Amino acid sequence: MNRALPADLDCIAAVEQVTDYLEGALPPHARTEFEQHLVTCPGCVTYLRQLRAQIAASSTLAEQRPVPEEVTQELLAMFRASRGEK
Amino acid sequence: MPAVAPEVLALAQDSALLEALRAGDERAFLELVESLHGGMVRFARGFVKTDTAAEDVVQDTWAVVLQDIDRFEGRSALRSWIFGILGNLARTRAAKDGRCVPLSALQPDDGESAVDPSEFHPDSHPRWAGHWAKAPEPWPEARLLSREALAYIRDAIERLPEGQRAVIRLRDVEGWTSQEVCEALGVSEVNQRVLLHRARSRVRREIARHVERRNP
Repeated sequence: MNRALPADLDCIAAVEQVTDYLEGALPPHARTEFEQHLVTCPGCVTYLRQLRAQIAASSTLAEQRPVPEEVTQELLAMFRASRGEK
Repeated sequence: MPAVAPEVLALAQDSALLEALRAGDERAFLELVESLHGGMVRFARGFVKTDTAAEDVVQDTWAVVLQDIDRFEGRSALRSWIFGILGNLARTRAAKDGRCVPLSALQPDDGESAVDPSEFHPDSHPRWAGHWAKAPEPWPEARLLSREALAYIRDAIERLPEGQRAVIRLRDVEGWTSQEVCEALGVSEVNQRVLLHRARSRVRREIARHVERRNP
């Protein structure tokens, strides 16, 4: 990701900057260069879209299952014990 | 009204919560357990071999949290602190169970390309060196959310090297900020980004293979 870039970004360098771009970590000139590349490169636009879709899909993997009752009770007992000692 | 930075908001919420916990407020404790426990088990499972071991490690973590909560100084977010303890205990347990997790796992190795270099025109190409030889195909995005595709993504994350897996889980699955992940895992901003980049790139390659197999 630290590759020195020529004036015109090529795709092989652009895909290495995607995370820094999404993280807002590109310095202003590099960000502009990256965005200019996107304007002329449908392949990299698709690539960026794929990653955004992947991130959105990943976020649905954190299913919130209720904590089992016996675990809750055990933890609550630990909490009471820890507070009682003070 | 100026927007309050999420970290500031989180710390303010943390201090109210901490006060409640220290005062023995059971409801506050149960809410904390409810909001973190599942994510903690998923996180621990990335280090240890079995679900039971993960549950044990999480339970041990809560014990340490309760023991040390009066000493917690609030320099990091509460959940980063908790996950920091969890990460240490999970690694210790993994080592004890013979699942070796070198500390270097959190250091990104270098040299892995996000995309197979063969997908780009070679340097010798007169006009399009370094550009896509065959542009990536758009994915049927709705299908990425099918149960089958999600199971596939979950497996792809499971197969990542330790450090990449820990980072992508917290960032993309649990939705943490980069700052929280750095605090919890004790990695620098730059290393966190490199690990996230490698992890996302690898998972993307796996999804691409999967999608291509389904749509030959």
